Amino acid sequence: MSSVPMSHILFVSTALFFIGMYGLFTRRNMITMLMAIELILNSVNINFVVFNKYLYPDKLDGIFFTIFIITIAAAEAAVAIAIIINLYRSHRSIDVENASEMKW
Amino acid sequence: MLTEFLYLMKAELMITIIIFILLFLKLGSKEMKAENMLNFINVLLVINLAAGFFNIPTGNLFGDMFRTNELFTLEKNFLNFGTLIISLQSYDWLKNHKHVPEFYILLLSTLLGMFFMISSSNLLMFYLGLELSTIPLAALCNFDLHQRRSSEAAFKMIMSSAFSSGLLLFGISLLYGSTGTLDFHELTLQLNDNSLQIFSLILLIAGFGFKISAVPFHLWTADVYEGSPVAVTSYLSVVSKGAILFVIVSVFYNVFTPVANSWYNMIFLISVATMIIGNLFALRQQNMKRFLAFSSIAQVGFILVGLTAQSTEGSSSVIYFILIYIFSNLGAFGVISVVSAITGKETMDDYRGFYKTNPLLTWVLAISLFSLAGIPPLAGFFGKFFLLFAGAGKGNYSLIVIAALNMVVSLYYYLKVIKAMFMDANENPIEKIHSHWQPKIAMGICVGGILITGIASGAYNYIHSLLK
Repeated sequence: MSSVPMSHILFVSTALFFIGMYGLFTRRNMITMLMAIELILNSVNINFVVFNKYLYPDKLDGIFFTIFIITIAAAEAAVAIAIIINLYRSHRSIDVENASEMKW
Repeated sequence: MLTEFLYLMKAELMITIIIFILLFLKLGSKEMKAENMLNFINVLLVINLAAGFFNIPTGNLFGDMFRTNELFTLEKNFLNFGTLIISLQSYDWLKNHKHVPEFYILLLSTLLGMFFMISSSNLLMFYLGLELSTIPLAALCNFDLHQRRSSEAAFKMIMSSAFSSGLLLFGISLLYGSTGTLDFHELTLQLNDNSLQIFSLILLIAGFGFKISAVPFHLWTADVYEGSPVAVTSYLSVVSKGAILFVIVSVFYNVFTPVANSWYNMIFLISVATMIIGNLFALRQQNMKRFLAFSSIAQVGFILVGLTAQSTEGSSSVIYFILIYIFSNLGAFGVISVVSAITGKETMDDYRGFYKTNPLLTWVLAISLFSLAGIPPLAGFFGKFFLLFAGAGKGNYSLIVIAALNMVVSLYYYLKVIKAMFMDANENPIEKIHSHWQPKIAMGICVGGILITGIASGAYNYIHSLLK
């Protein structure tokens, strides 16, 4: 059953991490940036689950951590979207280039 | 079991009770006047601060996830004290605001998160405390709901803090993969210098660096500080930063001891960059909040010099400096927050000729800035002296020379503000300010603290004795 080697899954999660990072730096839409951050957090989730399943199957630390990360990511997204909505009311746009009143 | 729980988590439970009282007041049908509400909350905060000094608990809870002792209680008292001072100082701003209870509920939630973070003995608990202390802060940055700058600041805050906790989490997950544990004690036993652990250490330092705004990760700081309301800015720069520094001291000095050489080099480079860049950018700022943001970045650089010492002197000097930093930075922010709440003026040009109209406030700001710069009889000098002295104990004198040169550069921009206030003429100066008595008391406490803490050596000796 467990025929997939651990390195393959770790490759996926690391790729996901850097895709998220790339998306955060290149995308100019606030909602898309938020999605990129979710990608980073999900790559961490995969890491935790894989390490727990393959290396330390008798303990549950990694699984617990994953559940907490999912919960907190939801809270973070809720606050971030509330802030973006409020920003949209004053700026009439959710493009980060328009939110640049303060620089240097 | 239950009494032990109540006793050990005393500080956290006090904050939770205050949060619930405020929630019920908000939900209640009768609308309270803002002034009465503020007086009531400040009384609660004074009680909370006083309770921290009695019956100091020591012990562990929840299978060693939560631990507390005399040192942690002292650190929590520092944070309680800073919150109380900020609350007193923001009286003039909050009395015209419609959402007073919400402000305090969010503020105290972040304080609760910091308490859990300081007391944590497990990476999971630490992460939960960290998130509880950053997510409500982003909502607080947006508290001037109709100002464009405020929401822009909040957006920058939530994005950078989410990204930094992403980095931190990736580091934690790799650390978990290589050691198989999240507990601090077991982690110390499992750590060795293999490259995966060094990589995760780099990610952890990057995550921490974002939160204390050390240099490669400082870009959000100035924008967030400028856009947020002054009360939130002072909270961010003093209490929030202080809490993370307390955690860094305890984690780096107790958990990452097997990889001490690796983190020494990283902290060394970050410290040099932080001092130099923070100072250079502070030179050209015109907005007072932005100016203090860069000055606080430079101060973090000095704190990191003390952190590199890797001895008891290092950790006690860092904790001692944070106490002094609370006094001096809150003194400066107190004046700025009163001026901003009553007149709305925040740029350096507005402060020209400030001495003609408000001599007392000018002296408070001048003493605070002198203390931040490190002029001898004031507390800031002793704080920086101990930091550099501890750093010199390691024998890396180039770092000390760079720090000393940076202190000279920082003197230039602090004196520039003081010169503008005392000497420059202004046709349209800030008018005479009549603030409430509560901000005045808070500023008095700050000035008293600056004058006394440095000369009375009791504080440093006490912290040093706790760390032995």
